[in-house]
Amino acid sequence: MLLLFVQGGNSMLFSLPKDEEQRKMMVNSTGRKWEFTFTTLVTFGGAFFASFPLFYSTSFGGAYWLWMIILFSFVLQAVSYEFQSKAGNLLGKKTYQTFLVINGVVGPVLLGGAVATFFTGSDFYVNKDNMTELMPVISSWGSAWHGLDALTNPWNVVLGLAVFFLVRILGALYFINNINDDDFVARCRRSLIINGGFFLVFFLAFVIRTLVADGFAVNPDTQEVYMQSYKYLINFIQMPVVLAVFLVGVVLVLFGLVMSILKKTFDKGIWFAGAGTVLTVLALFLCAGFNNTAYYPSTGDLQSSLTLANSCSSLFTLKTMAYVSILVPFVAAYIFYAWRSIDNKKIDAEEMNEGGHAY
Amino acid sequence: MIDSIDTSLIDWSRAQFALTAMYHWIFVPLTLGLAVVMGVMETLYYKTGNEFWKHTAKFWMKLFGINFAVGVATGIILEFEFGTNWSNYSWFVGDIFGAPLAIEGILAFFMEATFIAVMFFGWNKVSKGFHLASTWLTGLGATISAWWILVANAWMQYPVGMEFNPDTVRNEMVDFMAVATSPVAVNKFFHTVLSSWVLGAVFVVGVSCWFLLKKRNQKFALASVKVGASVGLVGIALTMWTGDGSAYQAGRTQPMKLAAMEGYYHGQNGAGLVVVGLLNPDKKTYDDGKEAFIFRIAVPNLLSLLAQRDFNAFVPGVNDIMEGGYMLKDGTVALSAPEKIERGKKAIAALASYRLAKKNKDQATADSAYAVLQSNVAYFGYGYIKDVHELVPNVAITFYAFRVMVLLGGYFLLFFVVILLLANKEKLVTLKWVQWIALLTIPLGYIASEAGWVVAECGRQPWAIQDMLPTSASVSRLGVGSVQTTFFIFLVLFTVMLIAEIGIMLREIKKGPQTND
Repeated sequence: MLLLFVQGGNSMLFSLPKDEEQRKMMVNSTGRKWEFTFTTLVTFGGAFFASFPLFYSTSFGGAYWLWMIILFSFVLQAVSYEFQSKAGNLLGKKTYQTFLVINGVVGPVLLGGAVATFFTGSDFYVNKDNMTELMPVISSWGSAWHGLDALTNPWNVVLGLAVFFLVRILGALYFINNINDDDFVARCRRSLIINGGFFLVFFLAFVIRTLVADGFAVNPDTQEVYMQSYKYLINFIQMPVVLAVFLVGVVLVLFGLVMSILKKTFDKGIWFAGAGTVLTVLALFLCAGFNNTAYYPSTGDLQSSLTLANSCSSLFTLKTMAYVSILVPFVAAYIFYAWRSIDNKKIDAEEMNEGGHAY
Repeated sequence: MIDSIDTSLIDWSRAQFALTAMYHWIFVPLTLGLAVVMGVMETLYYKTGNEFWKHTAKFWMKLFGINFAVGVATGIILEFEFGTNWSNYSWFVGDIFGAPLAIEGILAFFMEATFIAVMFFGWNKVSKGFHLASTWLTGLGATISAWWILVANAWMQYPVGMEFNPDTVRNEMVDFMAVATSPVAVNKFFHTVLSSWVLGAVFVVGVSCWFLLKKRNQKFALASVKVGASVGLVGIALTMWTGDGSAYQAGRTQPMKLAAMEGYYHGQNGAGLVVVGLLNPDKKTYDDGKEAFIFRIAVPNLLSLLAQRDFNAFVPGVNDIMEGGYMLKDGTVALSAPEKIERGKKAIAALASYRLAKKNKDQATADSAYAVLQSNVAYFGYGYIKDVHELVPNVAITFYAFRVMVLLGGYFLLFFVVILLLANKEKLVTLKWVQWIALLTIPLGYIASEAGWVVAECGRQPWAIQDMLPTSASVSRLGVGSVQTTFFIFLVLFTVMLIAEIGIMLREIKKGPQTND
C-alpha cells in the first residue's frame, strides 16, 4: 500500500504540474521507483500463493474481472514510463501519460475495494470434496460479474476511494521530498489539503462503519463461521497491541500530512505518513484475520469463508518461507543503501536537461 | 459438474496462458543475454578507463531498458494467471508451487528492481565500482529469477519432494531441497539461461552488423560483435551440452514427450534419431495403423544413446507407452494407459471414501481407504482422463518445434565461429553478405527460443503436472466468454506493446551510441 505512492503521484500527472517541465520531473521521480511497486505486487502475489493457496485459488479464480482490470492497468503502467518520451513509440507521449493516470486511478481504487471485501465479504463457494469429481471445481464464484460485484457494495467503494486519496497524499509527500522545485513543491503542499480532506472523510466512514457492523467470527472449537455484532470493534479491544499499532499508524499519517501542510520547509512527511500507512494496513489485516475471524468471508455460504487455518499452506512450507524471510532485512538494507546513493540529490530541472538517462 | 466445464473453456484458458508465455518469452531471453554482454563491456570500461567502452555499454543498456519493461509487464500476468485461470491447480499444488514464486520475488525481483535504477540513473552519482556491481547485480537478479521460475516449471514436469494429503486434498511439500535442486530443474535452468545468452548474442551481432552495413560507428560495431559472438559461442556450446541433458531427462521422466519429439510410435532397441523428416498428416491417432512418416532420415542408435546413454537400449514409443508391457528400468512391467486410468480412478474413489469416513468418524474405513489411495496415488491424475487418446500430446507440433530448435542451434554454433573468425581478422567490415546474414539471423534466435518452449510445454500435455493433474482438472470455473474477452484484450495489448517496442528500438538503434568511433 505504501508503494502505491507511485500510482498516487501518477493520478495527478495532468492536474498537479503547471508545465511540461514539472510533469517531466514528476514522471522521473516516480519512474525511479515504479519497479518497486511492481515487485511488491508480484511478491504479494507469490507470498499469497505460497502461504494461502486457497485464497489465491478462490479470489483470483473467482473475482476474475476485478483482478484482470487491476492487472491491465499495471501492464499499461509498466511500459508507459520507458516508452512515453521515446521517439517511435506508436501511441504518442500523451497516450502513455494517460495510461499512467489510468493506472493511478484504477489501481488504488480497485485494490482498496478488494481489501474492503476482507471485511464485507464476497459471494463464493468452496468445496474441496469436488476434487473427487471428473471435472473438479474447488472454488466457484456466485456472481456472474466475477469480482466486479464487489463494486456494488458502497462500503467497498468507500475504502477504494480512501486508498485512492491516501496514495495521492503519499505521492505528493514523496514529490516534496524528492523534487527540488519551489513552485512545484508549493503545489504539492496545496494538493495535500483537498486530498487529505477527502481521505479523512472516506477513511473514517469506512472505519466507523466496520467497527459497528457485524463481523465474520469463527468458533475456535468447531471452526464454524457465524455473524457476530461489533466483531471488528471487539477484535481491537481484545487485541490492544493491534489497536495501538492502528492508532499509532493513523497518528503518523496525520502528522506527516498536517506538518507538510503547515510547515513550508518540512520535507520528511513521506517517512511519517509512509510508516503510518504500513502500520495502519498491518493492523487492519490483523484485525480481519486474527482473534478467530474469517479473513476472506463468503456471503454466499458462510462455511466457505477462508480463515487463516483452513486456507494456509502446510507447516513445512510456512517454515520454509519463514527461513527465506530471514533474508528480508538484508534485502531491505541493500535497497536502502542503493536508494540513498541515487537519491542523495533531489531531482531538479537542471538534471532533467543534462542528457543522462531520463524518462 | 461434468457438464459445467466444456472443453472450449480449457482450450481458451490454455490459449491465453500460451499467448502470455510466448509474448513474455520474446523479452526475457534478450534481458538475460544483454545483461551478460553489457556486463562484460562495462567491466572493460572499469578495467581500462576507456570511455569508448562506457558509451558502448550504455548503448546496449538503453536497448536493455526498453526491452526490460515489457518483460516485466508480461511476467506479472503469468504469475497471476495461475490463480485467475488455473484455480484448481493453485489449490492442489500451491503448497509447493507457490514457494518458488514467492522466493523469486524476495530474492530476485528486488535485486533487479534496485540495481537497475542505479544502473540507469547512477552514472554520475555512485562510484565506478558500485555502478559496475549494479550492472552485474541487475543481470544476476534476472538470472536468479530465472532459477526460481524454472524450478517451478521443472516441478510441473517432474514432481518431487511432496506428498498427497487427503485431509487437505492437496499435495504438500516435504523436501524443499528436492524441489529446488531436482536434476530436471538444474538442467532446465542452465539450458534456458544459456540459450538466452545465445539470443542476446545473436541480437548484438545482428544489430552491430547493421552499423557495419551502414558504414557507421565501425569500431563500436566490431567491438560489440567480438563481445557478443564470444558470449554467443560459449552460450551455444553449453546450450548444446545441456540440451543433451534435457533429452536424457525427458527420456527418464517424460518418455511420452520424448516419443512425441521424435514422432516415434513403435519402440525398439538401438533406436535412431530423426535428423529431418516429414510426418504423415493422415495419421490422427496412435492406434490408427497408419505410417508415422512420409519420409525421414535418421541416425541409427542415436536416440537410444541420448535417452538411455546406451547405443542398444530399448526406447519406448508412443504405442508402447499406451499399451504397456515393456520392462521399466526398476525391473517392473509398464502399465497400459487403461490400467493407469483404472488405478487413477481407484485413487480418486479412495479419496472420496476416506473423506466421507472421516466426516462420519469411521476410522477403520478411513484407514482402509487411505491404504488404497496410497497404493494408487502415483496414478492420481489418470483418474481425470476420459479418453486414452488424450494422453498423447500433439506429435506434429512437438516434432517440428524440436527440429527447428535443434537445427537452428547447430546453425548458431557455425554462425558464431565464422563471425568471430571474421571479426578478429577485421574482414567482417567488408563482407556485406555476411553482415546481411547476421542481421537476418536475429529473428532466428527468437524462433529457436520459442520453439524450445513449445517442445517443453506441448510435449507434456495433457498434464499440468506430470501424472498428477491434467490441464482439464486444473482450470478455473469461468464463463468461456470471459476468457475469450481477456484473451483478445491481452492479444491487442501485447501486440501494441511489441510494435511500440520495436519502433522505439529501431529509432534508438538508428541514433546509435554516444561515440563516433
